[in-house]
Amino acid sequence: MAEPGRALPVPTPETKHFWEGTAAGELRLQRCDSCGKNYFPPKPFCATCGSRKVSVFKASGKAVLWSYVIHHRPVPGFKPPYAIAVVQLAEGPRMMSNIVECEQTPEALQLDMDLEVVFEKQNDTITLPVFRPAKG
Amino acid sequence: MRRNAVAVVGAAETTDLGVIPNLSQIGLHADAALNAMADCGLRPKDIDGIATAGQTPVELAQYLGITPTWIDGTAVGGCSFMIHVRHAAAAIEAGLAKTILITHGESGKSRIGNPMRRVDPQSLNGQFEQPFGPMGPPSMFTIPVMRYMKTYGVTEEQIAQVSVIQREWAAKNPRATFKTPITTDDVLNSRMIAWPFRLLMCCLVTDGGGALILTSAERAKDFKTRPVYILGTGESAETPMVSQMEDFTSSRAFRVAGPTAFQQAGISPTVKDVDHLMIYDAFAHLPIYGLEDLGFLPRGEAAAFIAGRNTAPGGILPLNTNGGGLSYMHSGMYGMYALQESVRQMRGTAAAQVPNAKISVCHGVGGMFAASGTIIFSNEAP
Repeated sequence: MAEPGRALPVPTPETKHFWEGTAAGELRLQRCDSCGKNYFPPKPFCATCGSRKVSVFKASGKAVLWSYVIHHRPVPGFKPPYAIAVVQLAEGPRMMSNIVECEQTPEALQLDMDLEVVFEKQNDTITLPVFRPAKG
Repeated sequence: MRRNAVAVVGAAETTDLGVIPNLSQIGLHADAALNAMADCGLRPKDIDGIATAGQTPVELAQYLGITPTWIDGTAVGGCSFMIHVRHAAAAIEAGLAKTILITHGESGKSRIGNPMRRVDPQSLNGQFEQPFGPMGPPSMFTIPVMRYMKTYGVTEEQIAQVSVIQREWAAKNPRATFKTPITTDDVLNSRMIAWPFRLLMCCLVTDGGGALILTSAERAKDFKTRPVYILGTGESAETPMVSQMEDFTSSRAFRVAGPTAFQQAGISPTVKDVDHLMIYDAFAHLPIYGLEDLGFLPRGEAAAFIAGRNTAPGGILPLNTNGGGLSYMHSGMYGMYALQESVRQMRGTAAAQVPNAKISVCHGVGGMFAASGTIIFSNEAP
């Protein structure tokens, strides 16, 4: 689905580690060193307890399909119909993504199905994390 | 804030609704504002407070010839106007202003003076949602619904019923954009937008506006219009990213704003206490979430409640009696039109008037479950 024209992120100082991670083939989350909460999206403090003592860690890349729609309207860089999904990561946080290597149908896309991250390089700086059905 | 200390004395929509090619967005604000002033016999020099979203309150104050002692530019999407009512009521009680004008205008269809906004690619939405292909509310606001359907066993047919029943209300309203009755099959066979959402489960896109004028309950008695009192109010916010909602089957912002308003009003979310209800319906699932999060029904029961015709004409809980965003009109920030319908119901002037309605609850959403505002109105003097 990495056709030209897809909206691409522009990293900020607070999110740079995440996008450097995907470019290196890692899904990086953050954890609060004070209260232990895993969180996403990236920021330099914990919104659960307010602590600035936080660490970046490599997530497992395992997730389940939490919810989605199958979009039927044209969007630059996408070929309808395609699913816009939210996945629940094994570490707790949820993130929006796409489901690849899978029919984009209600029958194929079952909620709670096991997924694993794969990385789609868009250009020299941006690689997007997307998910495919887990291969065991 | 005290109950019933503040009242709506002026209320009006733009002269036209639907496609309005002869007014820009600020012109729609002004048309509605002038209509609301005419409704209660005021002129711009009589207004000392102004709140708006879409335009800035500075733009509106200058455009209308108002010198304010109080301004509010809260702009959190379609429920901004509920929140303006809440802030205005507090400001009047605190003596910050005596007569407050709240305006809305939106050239949602014709897009004159209303440029398309782009998502900033450095924002969190721009980095962590936009790259995955959403295109505005139809493909974003709908994302949590599959989780709701699986959790509670709700069907596409039940969600379609929301659209069918709101069209029944719209059929009674000469100003509604769509009045022709529809069936469940019509909804399910309409063009697929973002499965499971079809075209007829999504709101209209139209031009229009509305305005409200609030003053103290004491002063309200001097106006020719029937006062509509503010009995309770609430507001909250959750997340600008739909993917980051805490619970995909419920809105935290709804669960804060709603009960805050009911507590202040001293009533409960029951058919016994509430005669008329508006729940902002940009999409067909919103009345379902709203009925549950406001506390009218236990989780998972609202879809069957609606399909069972309890909110339909003749039902025990008349809901979205103007036809709603699904059939009446939806300029983009629909909250003002829900407020207008609540005021009409309390004045006894609605097209589909609920007989003897004394309390109306008006619940709004901003963004995609991002924010919320709830206003409870009464037409009984304090």
